[in-house]
Amino acid sequence: MIRIEGYTQYFHRGGVNEIRALDQVDLHLAKGDFVTLIGSNGAGKSTLLNGLAGVHRADEGQMWIGGRNVTDWPEHRRAACIGRVFQDPLVGTCASLSIEQNMALSFKRGQRRGLSLGVKQQDRGFFREQLQILGLGLEDRLKASVGLLSGGQRQALTMVMATLIEPEVLLLDEHTAALDPKTARQILELTGQIVDIKQLTTMMVTHNMAQALAYGNRLVMLHQGRIILDVSGEEKKNLTVEDLLAQFYTAQGEAFASDRALLC
Amino acid sequence: MSWYAAIGAVEQGLLYGIMVIGVYLTFRVLDFPDLTVDGSLPLGAAVSAVALTHGFHPLTALGLAMTAGFLAGMVTALLNTKLQILHLLASILTMIALYSINIRIMDGPNVSLLGVSTMLDVMPDLGVTGYWSAPLVFGLLAISVTVFMIWFLHTELGLAVLATGDNARMITAQGVNTHHIIILGVGLSNAMVALSGALVAQNQGAADVNMGVGTIIAGLASVIVGETLFGRGGITRGCIAALLGSIVYRVAIALALGIKWGAFAFTPSDLNLITALLVVGALVTPILKKKWTRP
Repeated sequence: MIRIEGYTQYFHRGGVNEIRALDQVDLHLAKGDFVTLIGSNGAGKSTLLNGLAGVHRADEGQMWIGGRNVTDWPEHRRAACIGRVFQDPLVGTCASLSIEQNMALSFKRGQRRGLSLGVKQQDRGFFREQLQILGLGLEDRLKASVGLLSGGQRQALTMVMATLIEPEVLLLDEHTAALDPKTARQILELTGQIVDIKQLTTMMVTHNMAQALAYGNRLVMLHQGRIILDVSGEEKKNLTVEDLLAQFYTAQGEAFASDRALLC
Repeated sequence: MSWYAAIGAVEQGLLYGIMVIGVYLTFRVLDFPDLTVDGSLPLGAAVSAVALTHGFHPLTALGLAMTAGFLAGMVTALLNTKLQILHLLASILTMIALYSINIRIMDGPNVSLLGVSTMLDVMPDLGVTGYWSAPLVFGLLAISVTVFMIWFLHTELGLAVLATGDNARMITAQGVNTHHIIILGVGLSNAMVALSGALVAQNQGAADVNMGVGTIIAGLASVIVGETLFGRGGITRGCIAALLGSIVYRVAIALALGIKWGAFAFTPSDLNLITALLVVGALVTPILKKKWTRP
């Protein structure tokens, strides 16, 4: 379904601040895989997600989504096969537009937009039905401006919008990090529910190791732009937070040791 | 102010109201401050005037003016999106270039339309005569343009334009190329402005290269006055408020020009000062209102 091969991404390339955010990353996802991505700050988690979404142009490597090589596709073209939810709840929706207008916008994701009515009467029933899954009562407020909603409500709406047209891959970039703990849990449960119902191929970045273990069938740990752990199935189920921390410190320790070797 | 002057002011408000709808599209909807309009208003006037003196039908002349305006807007948008020049600067560059182009088009600084048949001559007989016919014709045109804009902003494409002005990252993630939307939006806006310029020229009987000076300020003043008086909620309301704002603005200017205190009277050259004061007043009123209504 998703194939990333030899993906290397630099920032500020050629300057004094040059950073190699990703270093020859290979990752293959089968259809229906739900991967949780963890790693410390600067490990390259978000870069990997944004790279796949087309926000950055890959410096090296190739990417395929559903058999098509998308390496040279710009972000808006890749959007046809990708659903995204961002860390900032304000990014996924338009505040000045109504709930139904926002949904109508994502109901046309990746398709030609013409001069027929933006919000169609026959789609409203479907929109309501999809909003009912959230259990937030938004289905009765189709005409309400999105700017009036709370961060959690907006994130829930973004979640529904990202899956309104079934995406070939769903990218969740720490989409609960900016929410209060209770709302974060609700959104996460909702994520699990939607992914489960629609059997979506999903990549979810998280900082929370317990979350990374509780969700998905596969876990990938990044460190300094490289994949250092990739477990799935039974092996993932038996993993504990302690195991992950141990892995994490081993990786950091190696880095530390090699630094010391360099300095001595 | 005489009755005749009042009708004249309303007529101006309707004519320039078409321009204001264009300014509303860039300034409020696309969040793209576009100064191209100071050049595309006389561009529309020049193209339509030259077309008329070459014997084209007045409607064809308007169509040509709108096409020229659209192209001018496209240039600004292309400079901004593809060449990554700041929107404000991109529009100033186009505006400056248009000054020379307009003189080339007219083969001089102005073109007279005396004795040439214009929109007013070809409109079907509406059963009204005298100084009511012009406001009626221009009123119908201005209302048609406003209705067109309201309709457009409710289409799938129009929603994408609204979203591009509101949240570019969001609409990109929905598969829309924001560059194309900006080119379309700024183009459309300048087509409106050129149409307005063409009608102004036909109404006053001449096109002049300097008739565009201060267009953007008049446009912004009208948009802001409209919002202050008639509210901002929603696109339909916003478009109607922009048109009404244009009429109020022109009437206010006419009233100000009529003021006489003994030996002192305003002259047309004071217009810029009056406009600036009007905009400041419109911007400050809501803030003062809030202060006064607080218990």
